[in-house]
Amino acid sequence: MAGEHPTGQRGLFTPFNVVAGIILLAGGVLTVMRFTGGLAAVTALDDNNPWGLWIGFDLLCGVALAAGGYVTSAGAYIFGLKRFHAAVRPAILTAFLGYALVVLALHYDVGRPWRLPYPIFVSPGPTSLLFEVGLCVFLYLTVLFIEVTPAAFEWLKLTRLRALVVKLTLVLTIFGVVLSTLHQSSLGALFLIAPGKLHPLWYSGYLPVFFFVSSIFAGMSMVIFEGTLAHKYLHHKMDEAHKAGTLNVVLSFGKAAAFVMAGYFYIKIIGLAADDNWHYLATGWGLWYLLELFGFVAFPAFLYALGVREKNVRTIRVASLFAVLGVVLNRLNVSVIAFNWHLPLSQWYVPSIYEVGTSVFIVTLGIVAYKFAATHMPILHGHPDFEYEH
Amino acid sequence: MGISRRKFLGWMGAAAGAAAASMKPKAAAAAAAKSFPGHPDSLGVLHDTTRCIGCRKCEAACNEVNNLPKPEAPFDDLSVLERRRRTHAGSYTVVNKFSVPGKKDPVFVKRQCNHCLEPACASACFVQAFKKSEKGPVVYNEKVCVGCRYCMVACPFYVPAYEYDKALTPRVTKCTMCAPRIAEGKLPGCVAACPKEALTFGPRKKLLEYARARIAKHPDRYVGHIYGEREMGGTSWLYLSGVDFGHIGMDTGIGDLPAAAYTAGPLAAVPLVVGLWPVLLTGIWAISKRKEKRASDELSAALAANTAAHEQKKREELSALRQKLSKEKEAAVERAVKQALEEAEKEREQAAAEAGKEGGRQHEPAARQGGAEKGEAEQADKEN
Ligand code: SF4
Ligand code: SF4
Ligand code: SF4
Repeated sequence: MAGEHPTGQRGLFTPFNVVAGIILLAGGVLTVMRFTGGLAAVTALDDNNPWGLWIGFDLLCGVALAAGGYVTSAGAYIFGLKRFHAAVRPAILTAFLGYALVVLALHYDVGRPWRLPYPIFVSPGPTSLLFEVGLCVFLYLTVLFIEVTPAAFEWLKLTRLRALVVKLTLVLTIFGVVLSTLHQSSLGALFLIAPGKLHPLWYSGYLPVFFFVSSIFAGMSMVIFEGTLAHKYLHHKMDEAHKAGTLNVVLSFGKAAAFVMAGYFYIKIIGLAADDNWHYLATGWGLWYLLELFGFVAFPAFLYALGVREKNVRTIRVASLFAVLGVVLNRLNVSVIAFNWHLPLSQWYVPSIYEVGTSVFIVTLGIVAYKFAATHMPILHGHPDFEYEH
Repeated sequence: MGISRRKFLGWMGAAAGAAAASMKPKAAAAAAAKSFPGHPDSLGVLHDTTRCIGCRKCEAACNEVNNLPKPEAPFDDLSVLERRRRTHAGSYTVVNKFSVPGKKDPVFVKRQCNHCLEPACASACFVQAFKKSEKGPVVYNEKVCVGCRYCMVACPFYVPAYEYDKALTPRVTKCTMCAPRIAEGKLPGCVAACPKEALTFGPRKKLLEYARARIAKHPDRYVGHIYGEREMGGTSWLYLSGVDFGHIGMDTGIGDLPAAAYTAGPLAAVPLVVGLWPVLLTGIWAISKRKEKRASDELSAALAANTAAHEQKKREELSALRQKLSKEKEAAVERAVKQALEEAEKEREQAAAEAGKEGGRQHEPAARQGGAEKGEAEQADKEN
């Protein structure tokens, strides 16, 4: 990852490029395997476990962690938090790439990917929550695409188009929040249809609420976390406004995340009480559940609060890492780990090495694309010809 | 042929269904309706597990009528019963053997799609590939299926299977209740093949009456429950058992609510979010805009004040500087003039000493030198 450093070494064979190149090559091989041998050739999925890592990680975590887009733009443009402006562009870019990759990953997972437009254009099934997810993701990807275009237009010097899109900012932002609310929560609601399959500690009528609320701090944490990485590796691409802005963003997002996570913790407890699931806590599943709730919700929430109080950016960044891991753990628990919990151990799903490889491949694609965009387009810095704040 | 009256219970119903022609499924009103009693006269199968001997004849028949691939183990190999099996892409139905505590003989149970009245699979499918037909079968349309496998996640009975090994045309597979055969007025393959009349085909309503009558006639033989009468909103496939259903691999904690009831809440919330969010968000935006404006007014006022103060200060500083400079300049000029005068004095004395030798020409360089020295002095002052 330590490709270009401020020293400005720009050869083709930087460590970053070599590693990324190998992964992309392997991804190409996996792609061929998937589309010639079918899912059986690359996945460990079976009839009892039709959803695996590609849904649990690529789709569920991908969408949750890309929530930074709507959270940041809502903060900046709807709640009028000017200090978020520097964070909007990278967050929107990450969200756009995130969603694009989610859709790409779905092409590997579903049986007939060329039919992915069917739910919208050919045979809609509006009784399905997956239909809602599909429709919202499709619309939101479009919104995100429009939202990233100003950066590309600046890069390409298409001034008039840029001005047009910038005028739409508020409408697009509201659209984005509505669509995100719907599909973030629907991803949780997907599992409501299988009350007998998901462990009661994770199954709850509040699943849509849990997913929505956790997407808020997932997005914030991801913005902070991603900022950490960008600072480390793309520092030279940032202008002063961005650098000054990030400190602000880290502090305010850290504070907001601490509050939202505390609220999330609270409604999780309410969920436990509502279904009277206390007795499950004394089981192995209970310990696992408590680890998720205390180790990856309460703990990072506390770290956030601490970091904000002491204005310690390092603490906040550590908190963001734990919060991100916590969201990943939660999504995997709901979709894979605690799903089919009552099946005998021999019928449990463990992802195959190829599934993991494909996920790594898709994440790598995202990093490469982000790096390209942040290197060439005015993402982490204002464009000299355009006013940064709009 | 010894096709008994019982096996034929539904013959009239089936014939009527065939006459009404085309098994064309109507959209399952299922998902919307809260308490859906099932289509009138819809067909079903009653599986009396107390009669099943685990011969796998139904499996063989199913394989044949559906043109399924050859099984791993031939259908007369009963050793497969030792293993608990489920439906797969190549087998729409399987028979499992259960040893029940306190019971000498094992119990055999046939598994296949239960053809729910309000199917989870149909409610879950985002392209409506599954439909509950009025005649009873839940039918699958591979022409629109995307292969997302959400139906498999949703089905509470772990029924639908998937052709994982097909690269480009994988399908979801499950028992069709032999819909094509029913349409022709024939019995489902498995029902026709059962040598023990453990399977009875007919209108679901009649099957329920029949099952109740059997329980009433042999209360010692059956537990007083018909599995599928209400489970998950009711299923077209019904079960009788002599032991607790939990002992023979049936989910007894499944509840009576149809699958759609679990997702109704979030679906109903959609119009709310779509309607209310934009209004609320625009409101928040307007408020923050006002606040921002007030803040920016205050800011510009503060800025103006600040600028004024700043300019004042600057002006004072400037004038102080100017004063200082002019003082220094004066001093420098004075110094330089004094020096020049002194030197001129010296030269004059020298000149006086060398009196008469070169006369008045001495004055010029002295004056030049003095001027240069004055410049240097000024520069030194500035550097200080
Ligand atoms: S048993 Fe499963 S596959 Fe069959 S109709 Fe019911 S939900 Fe659908
Ligand atoms: S796999 Fe096919 S039938 Fe099943 S839910 Fe997806 S699109 Fe519908
Ligand atoms: S009804 Fe037809 S498809 Fe279903 S199990 Fe019987 S033979 Fe097989």
